[in-house]
Amino acid sequence: MEPFSQIPMLSYDVVVIGGGPAGMAAAIRAKELGLKVLLLDDNDYLGGILPQCIHPGFGLHYYKEELTGPEFAARLAKKLVELGVEYRTAARVLEIKNYSDLEKVVIFTSPSGVYQVWAKAIIYAAGARERHAFEIGITGDRVAGIYTAGEAQTLMDIYGILPGREVVIVGSGDVGLIMARRFALEGAKVKAVVELMPYPGGLARNVMILRDFDIPLYLSHKVVEARGKGRVEKVKVVKVDENFKEIPGSEFWISCDTLVISAGLIPSVKKLEAIGVEIDPVTGGPVVNDRLETSVPGIFVAGNSLLINDLVDYVAEQGELAAEGAKEFIEKGGIESRKWIKVEKGENVRLLVPHYLSGDRDVYLYLRVARPMEDVELRIPEIDKKMKLPVVKPAEMLRVKLRAEEIKNAEKLTVEVVKV
Amino acid sequence: MTTYRFTCIVCPLGCAIEVEMENGKVKEVKGHTCPRGREWAIQEVTNPRRVVMSVVPVEGGALPTVSVKTAEPVPKGKIPELMEFLAKLKLKAPVKVGETVAEWEGVRIVATRGA
Repeated sequence: MEPFSQIPMLSYDVVVIGGGPAGMAAAIRAKELGLKVLLLDDNDYLGGILPQCIHPGFGLHYYKEELTGPEFAARLAKKLVELGVEYRTAARVLEIKNYSDLEKVVIFTSPSGVYQVWAKAIIYAAGARERHAFEIGITGDRVAGIYTAGEAQTLMDIYGILPGREVVIVGSGDVGLIMARRFALEGAKVKAVVELMPYPGGLARNVMILRDFDIPLYLSHKVVEARGKGRVEKVKVVKVDENFKEIPGSEFWISCDTLVISAGLIPSVKKLEAIGVEIDPVTGGPVVNDRLETSVPGIFVAGNSLLINDLVDYVAEQGELAAEGAKEFIEKGGIESRKWIKVEKGENVRLLVPHYLSGDRDVYLYLRVARPMEDVELRIPEIDKKMKLPVVKPAEMLRVKLRAEEIKNAEKLTVEVVKV
Repeated sequence: MTTYRFTCIVCPLGCAIEVEMENGKVKEVKGHTCPRGREWAIQEVTNPRRVVMSVVPVEGGALPTVSVKTAEPVPKGKIPELMEFLAKLKLKAPVKVGETVAEWEGVRIVATRGA
């Protein structure tokens, strides 16, 4: 393929797209493995969302100690710099081109102009985006004062700006609850957390925030309308039945100047879809093998672009794994396997990654259940594997290690979570 | 007698623990499945503490704030006072991750993001 003659050309073994925990861990590992690596991030600073996640709870697995988000990011960034990994911030990827297995191009803009990078492999770690108000059916006036949880967090915990004084939060997942605490700590009045499901979405330690700050939680409720002149002044809340249908006559209004939407994340994979990467409709991320390689050879994926994770520790682990895959791909000209063992979802398994295993290496399965259960067993009947689990919840991702020798003779695997 | 109910946060099991108090004293703890859960529940009723995180403005850094945390958990009831104290702080770059940037009632305030 002819390079684009007018665009300055760079050449690397591997380009890592995204400078959050997945991308930094991937770039570090790639460098350690002797690859010539370039890391690109569109933000002005490395770390992805970690620098704004100022609460603790990070790193218990990866660093064996409890850190805040910025501390976790700082450790990775320090190692990245010590190893001399090349990186560019404020570098926005416009397009990925896949000419052949070992010929890929990433085109990006940066303050010093547009560049094309030729690489043999790409590790895509661009994270996820947040679901916004219009995606969860909130109608009404076009008002200021509606933020996603991440936007509110960036304003408060990076720029030191309090987005509002009277706040309604949609969604009781961990991010919503953590933002409820941040608003309350900074002196704002959190008037309600509104949750569609009949149970709170976050971890118990975060649900405690509601009691700590006397914040009302409305379960089986949804915000349907935001009204105001210029800025949001009130929101309409309605109760839903067990089928999430609005119950007529149950509506009430809450006055507020700020509405924060914490309604889940969606892997950012548009640039992968553009080159034909197959997407799993349930995870929203690519279909991958046990090196985290997508359906397009030499394109690897890690972190929240792969699937939405709860723990940054697993995100960093996926970054390392993708880098090891890229190394193998470049050395051998492809990821080869005698066969690919398909991993299927059985009883009460909603999503599962990776989708295909080679059987020649140990692997972690990441999965989520569809509904909460107690006293259950995770079973893989084909290899007679059983694991007792006292509690499973959709909000808590399960991670299961399978050894190569356990799975090497299997044709397929079915993972199920069933009552003992 | 007052009964306090909690979901235990010591581990992911999330036991529903009940603590019964009489005249300011713990009378009975129910629902826990391990000694750590019992200890935590008693602490929650008698002297709840939290590690507090916030951000403090910084001059001359790449970003306008540094994030901070208390080096140890502080009594829950004193958190508003601590927040008032943090609201008055102003720092100057350079600030290193892990650096003690202030002290409040004997508790170190530690930077978690540098500038």
